[in-house]
Amino acid sequence: MTGWPLLLETLPRVQRDRLFTLADEREFRAGSTLFDEGGVADRFWLIRSGEVALDVYVPGRRAQVVETLGPRQQLGWSWIFPPYRWHLGARALGPVRTWEFPAAEVRELCMADTELGYELMLRCAALIADRLQATRLRLLDLYTPHGSVPS
Amino acid sequence: MTTVPLPYRVTAVSAETADCVSLEVAPVGRALPEFSPGRFAMVYAFGVGEVPISVSAIGAGPRLVHTVRAIGAVTGALCRLRAGDTIGLRGPYGTGWDLEAAAGLDVLVVAGGIGLAPLRPVVRHVLDHPGRYGRLRALLGARTPADLLYGEELEHWRRASAQVEVTVDRPGPGWRGSVGVVTTLLDRVDWRPDRTEALICGPEVMIRHTVRALLARGLPARRVQVSLERNMRCGTGHCGHCQLGPLLLCRDGPVVGYDRARPLLAVREL
Amino acid sequence: MSAPTLPSAEGVAIGKEGLVALVNVLRARGYTVVGPTVRDGAIVLEELESAGQLPYGWGVDLEAGQYRLRSRTDGAAFANAAGPQSWKTFLHPARVRQWTAERTGGELVIEADDTTPPRFAFLGVRPCDLRAIAVQDRILTAGPHSDPVYRGRRSGAFLVAVECTEPGATCFCVSMGTGPAAGPGYDLVLTELVDDEGHRFWIRGGSPEGAEILAELPGEPAPEAVCRAAAGAVASAAERMGRRMPDTDMRRLMAETLEAPRWDDVASRCLTCGNCTMVCPTCFCTTTEDVTDLTGDHAERWRVWDVCFDLDFSYLPGGPVRASSRSRYRQWLTHKLGTWYDQFGSSGCVGCGRCIVWCPVAIDITEEAAALYDWTRRTEDDPR
Repeated sequence: MTGWPLLLETLPRVQRDRLFTLADEREFRAGSTLFDEGGVADRFWLIRSGEVALDVYVPGRRAQVVETLGPRQQLGWSWIFPPYRWHLGARALGPVRTWEFPAAEVRELCMADTELGYELMLRCAALIADRLQATRLRLLDLYTPHGSVPS
Repeated sequence: MTTVPLPYRVTAVSAETADCVSLEVAPVGRALPEFSPGRFAMVYAFGVGEVPISVSAIGAGPRLVHTVRAIGAVTGALCRLRAGDTIGLRGPYGTGWDLEAAAGLDVLVVAGGIGLAPLRPVVRHVLDHPGRYGRLRALLGARTPADLLYGEELEHWRRASAQVEVTVDRPGPGWRGSVGVVTTLLDRVDWRPDRTEALICGPEVMIRHTVRALLARGLPARRVQVSLERNMRCGTGHCGHCQLGPLLLCRDGPVVGYDRARPLLAVREL
Repeated sequence: MSAPTLPSAEGVAIGKEGLVALVNVLRARGYTVVGPTVRDGAIVLEELESAGQLPYGWGVDLEAGQYRLRSRTDGAAFANAAGPQSWKTFLHPARVRQWTAERTGGELVIEADDTTPPRFAFLGVRPCDLRAIAVQDRILTAGPHSDPVYRGRRSGAFLVAVECTEPGATCFCVSMGTGPAAGPGYDLVLTELVDDEGHRFWIRGGSPEGAEILAELPGEPAPEAVCRAAAGAVASAAERMGRRMPDTDMRRLMAETLEAPRWDDVASRCLTCGNCTMVCPTCFCTTTEDVTDLTGDHAERWRVWDVCFDLDFSYLPGGPVRASSRSRYRQWLTHKLGTWYDQFGSSGCVGCGRCIVWCPVAIDITEEAAALYDWTRRTEDDPR
C-alpha cells in the first residue's frame, strides 16, 4: 500500500497537485470536535495520522460512536451535496494530523476542470458505496451466534 | 487412527468472554497424534454429543486448547466443564493452514469473532519463527469490546513485533479503539499485496467481504487461505455432511485456498 | 476383500442342483449367505438357508415410480432387475453402534463396539451393484481414514456376481459402463441360461477362494456352446436397456448447470422424501445419535443413515445451508453424477435405476440429466 490517501491514490499526478494547492495541513488535539451533526459542511479532511470517531447524539445517552476513521481515509462527504450539513458528529480520538480541504473551492475547481471533477466524484462515490456496504454488513450482526437470521 | 474418542482431562478452564471458554486438555492415557494449526478435533461431551472444534493452542507435549462458544447443547455442555472433568477427543482432522506457502512472506491474519481461535496457533507459530516469515499483521473484528478473545495475549503479540489492530461493531462506553467492519483496517496498516499471505477465518459473509477487499487491493487469490464451516459429523469425510460442492471440508478443508473456494462461495445454498 | 480378478477361467456349467451345492458349500465354510428372495411383493435380499429360496420363476416390471412382481414361465432365478435393497444394507448398515462410554467417578472409559460381524457371502450381485460395492470401498476404506465397521464386514465378504440377461425398463448400466457383464471384484460369477437345452448356469472363478469353491461344485467343464450362449444373452441384454444417460462429460455438465432453471422444475415435483438415497447402492451419508441410559452414566454412539434431502443435513448455527428443496435435489444429483468424481474419482451412479423406480413421484435421474444437457445446448445455441 502506498502512503497516499485513498482518495488520491490513483488520481493522475497533475490533478492531485492541483487539488493539493487548496489543502492546508491541520492538526487536532485528542478529544477535540471536528464538527457536529447539523453543522455546515464547508470542508473535508484526509487523515494522515490518528483516528476520528463519527458519532450520533442520543438523548439520555452519551454520544454513540458508529464508526471510526483512520490514516489514509477521507473524513466527510456531506460537503458534496446541498444543503451541505454534517449528518454525524466527528471527534478526534487522539492527536490527529490531516490535510484540510475547503469545500467551496474544491467544488469550484471541479466545475472548472470537469475531468478532475469527474475523477474526484467517482472516488467519492466509491467511498460512499464502500461505507454503505460496510454498514449493511454490520446490520447483519454476523458475530452473534445465529447472526440476525430469524430462526 | 482411532474412530473412538480418547479420554482427555480438562486441566484448565479460562472464561474468554461471556459465552466463550478455553479448555486446556491433556490425555488421560494415550494421546492423539500431533495437531497443527487449523486442524480440528471432534470433541465429545459425555452423553450430550460431539462437535468439531479447531485447536486454539497446541501446548507443550500432548496438551491442547480448544476455545468453545456456547451456541448449542454440546457447546453449552463443554462451556460448563470444570478442571478435572473428562471429555472425549478424536482427531486431528482436516487440513491445516498452509504455513509453507507463507514462508518468506508477510503474514496477514484477518479474524472475525471466534474465527480468531483457529488462527491463534498461526500467530504463535509465526512469532516463534521470526526468520522464516516477514512481518505479522493481525486484523481482528469483534461484536463488542467484551467479545474480543485473548485480550491480554494480544499485548504479547504487539510486544513481539506483530501489528495487531482491533475493530468492533458496537463500542461500549470507554472504548477508545476503532469501530467498523474489519476490512476498514486494511487501509490503516501498511501491508504489501505483493509479498503477503492472507489467512482468514470468521463468518462466511465476513470472509467473502474481506477477500473481495484484499483482491481489490492487489493480493492474488492464490495467496489467500480461508477456513470454512459446514455441518461436520464424523471428521473423516465419510458422513457426507461436510460437502461444499466438490470439497469434503473434513478432508479437503476446513482451510481452503481461495482460488478453489471462490466459485463455490458464489453459489447460493451449495 | 476380494483378490483381483484372475484371468478368465473356462468355468463350469452347473444346474439348479449346482446352486444348491453352492449355498451349502458357502454355509459349510461359515458364511452367512445372503441373496434375493420373494417377500412382501418384492424381491428382497435376505439370509438364505438354501438355494430353493431364490426367486425362481419371478420377474419384475419396472417403471418410474412403479415396481411389480410378475411370474415367469421359464422358471429363471435371476431374470429380474434390482430390488429395493442393495448390499449396502449389509456392508454399511443403516444403524450401527460405534462405541459405548461409561462414566465411573471422574473417569471416562470409551470402548469401540467390537462385535464381530458375520462373514457374508452375497449370492446374486448384479454388475451394477458390484460396481457400487467398489465405489463404497473407495469412499469408506481407501482414504486416510478407514471405516472399521464397513471394513470389518467387507473384508470377509465373498461375492457371487450374476450377469444381467434381463434388464428392466429403468436400467441404464450400459451408459454408466457398469454392466450388464460383470466387472472385476467378484469371487465367483455366474450367467443364467434357460433355453431348449435346459436351465443352466455358467460359473467362473474370480479369486483363489472362488476357484477353490468352484472345484467343489458338481458340474462339467463348460462346453463352448454354453459360454457362447451366455455371452450372447449378456450382449443381448446390453441392447435392451430401458434408459440411458446423456453421452457427455457428466462432471462438467453438473458443474456448469448449477443455476439452470430445470432445478426449479424438478423441485416442484420432488417431495424431498429421500427414498432415492435409501435405495441408492452408493449413497453413504450418515449422521450420529448420542444416547444415554436413565442413570446418566452409560452413553452410546450410534451411526445411522442420513439423507441429504433432510433440512437438518446441512444445519449450521443459524439454520440449514440448503433450505430450499431445489438446493437439496441439486445437491443429491450434482453429487451423484458430478462432484463424486472430484471427491472419489468416479461417478456415484452405477445405472441400477432404483432411484427412478422408488421415487413416489416418478422423478427420473436420466431424464433430469438429459434436461440439463439440453439446456446447455440451447444456451450455447442462443445467439445472445
